Amino acid sequence: MTLDQRRAAELAPSRAVAALRSAAPLAVGLGLALALHLGLDASDLPFHTKVLVDVGINVILAVSLTMVNGFTGQFSVGHAAFMAVGGYTAGALTYYSSLLLWDSGDQHGGFLGAGEWLFVGSCIVGGLVAAAAGYVVGLPSLRLRGDYLAIVTLGFGEIVRVILQQTGNVKFTADEVREAGFLDTATSLGGALGFTGVPTYSSIFWVYAFVAITLLVAHRLKFSTYGRAFLSIREDEIAAEAMGVRTTRYKVLAFVLAAGFAGIAGGMFAHQSGATLNPRELGFQKSFDVVTMVVLGGMGSISGAVAAAAILTILPELLRDLPHVWPAGVLVLALGLAFGGPKRARFALWTVGVTAAIEAIRFGARRLGVNLADYRLIFYALSLILMMILRPQGIFGVREAWEIGPIGRILARRARRAAP
Amino acid sequence: MAHFTLSTLARALGALAVSAAAAFAPSPAAAQDPKKADGPILIGHYGSLTGSEATFGQNTSRGIRIAVKEINDAGGIGGRKVELKEYDTQGKTQEAGSAVTRLLTSDKVSALLGEVASSLSITGGKLAQKYSVPMITPSSTNPQVTRIGNMVFRVCFLDDFQGYAMAKFAYDDLKAKKVAILFDQAQTYSKGLAEFFSKSFRELGGKISAEQAFTGGDQDFSAQLTTIRETNPDAIYVPGYYTDAGNIALQVRKLGITAPLLGGDGWDSPKLAEIGGGAIEGSFYTNHYSHQDPRGEVQEFVRKYTETYGQVPDALAALGYDSARVLFAAMKASPTLEGKDLAAAIAATKDFQGVAGTITIDKNRNARKPAVIVEMKGGVPTYRATVQPK
Repeated sequence: MTLDQRRAAELAPSRAVAALRSAAPLAVGLGLALALHLGLDASDLPFHTKVLVDVGINVILAVSLTMVNGFTGQFSVGHAAFMAVGGYTAGALTYYSSLLLWDSGDQHGGFLGAGEWLFVGSCIVGGLVAAAAGYVVGLPSLRLRGDYLAIVTLGFGEIVRVILQQTGNVKFTADEVREAGFLDTATSLGGALGFTGVPTYSSIFWVYAFVAITLLVAHRLKFSTYGRAFLSIREDEIAAEAMGVRTTRYKVLAFVLAAGFAGIAGGMFAHQSGATLNPRELGFQKSFDVVTMVVLGGMGSISGAVAAAAILTILPELLRDLPHVWPAGVLVLALGLAFGGPKRARFALWTVGVTAAIEAIRFGARRLGVNLADYRLIFYALSLILMMILRPQGIFGVREAWEIGPIGRILARRARRAAP
Repeated sequence: MAHFTLSTLARALGALAVSAAAAFAPSPAAAQDPKKADGPILIGHYGSLTGSEATFGQNTSRGIRIAVKEINDAGGIGGRKVELKEYDTQGKTQEAGSAVTRLLTSDKVSALLGEVASSLSITGGKLAQKYSVPMITPSSTNPQVTRIGNMVFRVCFLDDFQGYAMAKFAYDDLKAKKVAILFDQAQTYSKGLAEFFSKSFRELGGKISAEQAFTGGDQDFSAQLTTIRETNPDAIYVPGYYTDAGNIALQVRKLGITAPLLGGDGWDSPKLAEIGGGAIEGSFYTNHYSHQDPRGEVQEFVRKYTETYGQVPDALAALGYDSARVLFAAMKASPTLEGKDLAAAIAATKDFQGVAGTITIDKNRNARKPAVIVEMKGGVPTYRATVQPK
């Protein structure tokens, strides 16, 4: 052991402390997920629940892709393919096991009942299979530098889509499954119509439990030696290699982890009420949606990816029926003037301008009898363009939410004081 | 513009969250149940108004709008006006799920119309079943859609009937005794039609001389067509989509085969004549309706539609119109607008005079109705015959 290594060992926290550092936030995350679940359950808001489930799934996707596109600076455009691999694996496992075990493809048992544990197990298996696929795809292409990964992931996505389209019809009864045998059943995934009939277990609790795990892993990873290695590859691969970072190994690691989480997100999607696994939907377009979230959030910012995933999922729903924005505008104006930094005047001007513009559009449309919902995707695209003009580096840039703004100022001050 | 600071953006984000919460908060108006109120009757439509199948959703929507205007001009249902609430699905199941959930639980519609694509209708149908609100799909032909449960209906025929109708027409009208089949093995739709056609044609006494497969998007069909030519068929059945059908027609004629081509509703596009040109002349396909159908209802609908939208309605528009009218008739007959009563009224639909044929809902909630046979004449699909249900 060299002197440096010994010193590092002394400085490193003990295993128990390290475990606690992960366990405590996880417990908080699970608690929050449970609270959200029970709260929504009690208030009977199915539509809001549905949108929040979509948000959760997209958060898992965006944060996992951040590990590849954000941390290590590689460019993968096949995230939906891993989602599809995980989703079909998990969906088939749950559905066909349910048929064989309980003679019905419907939900079995209540909250935390046997059916839900089957679902969680299936999702984890789906994640593992997707991770394995990620290893196979990543190992050869990540040895190389440049755009190879983009091309390979693009091709992989198309292959997955075409294979899934060729699969046979879903089997409806346990007898059919027993008769057909394993291989036939494993390829009865619904083809182009989609894998219908997967029981809908993806409740708020489970989705957000996995969101918590994903966030925790991403955060622990980013602020560890692994994270430093990832970021060094992103900043300068040659320099990183010269400093002894095994670039291929780290790139593959990030890629496999991301694929695994995408697979879990796919599992959640498969078991969602109000969505059906189907090859077309998990194609190139979906991959690109996730890339958009990562870019919009800021390359390598976990909180940025979360915010972008939430915004890009809620915005299209919001635009179905453009609400009044002036109450929110007034609130923001008041908050901005109260707590704003030195540029509060500019901020106030922006807030008033944007609020007035949206209200004017609303008023004008109503007067002219134009249905704004018809143009919602134009507004959606416009807001994307606007955000990229205003923040070309993404919402939070390469930083995290808590590193900027008033909290960031406090943290920075404290860090300065703590430093010798 | 780039002076927008980090902290301002962080706060703007907070603002977005606030306004999102405000928009999603349940408004007091939505809390009361419109099914019992005296205001307008709310019905929902979800369709792909944008995305790659935008024309499907848009034309369906136009058909529905004509029906809504008609019923409101005639005084509504029981004195109440009908109001249409419409959400886009972008052709994605996840969007369809959100749209339908919103229609059913936030807007609280009395009934649901949609979608064209079967995978989306299945997603929406499951939710309709869960919340006990009747749903009528205008044009989803996959059998799985209505198997969901007692709340889900359709007003179009299924693929098995389409295969039967073409077999019957080929055997009776074209006097064909030997037919070859060339189908798209990558499409459930095409495979299904091929199967049903082959079964019905054999039952009628005909013979299938050859069965060949291709994969959608193929450019060269000479291998399959040479095999087919050797069996010297009276006609060739090519169930699939218009692009492939057009290409196949060109190569069929190049090989000197003169037998007519037969197809299904996947051929129904102006692109068919563009691609196939003269080669597609004299071919036949089954369709839901023809705007040249001389019946009064059809001509009335075509006139209204053309006046409003400046184009001739296609089959999707006609089916959208039919789905809405079947629903309104059931609403008039039903004692209340509660899901159970309304579903029972829809299930009781019998000999309803629709634009796309006379509709009777069977016990599996599917429509028993005729199909029309269309002939390509001078690049225009021309009404040829009507095949009645078995």
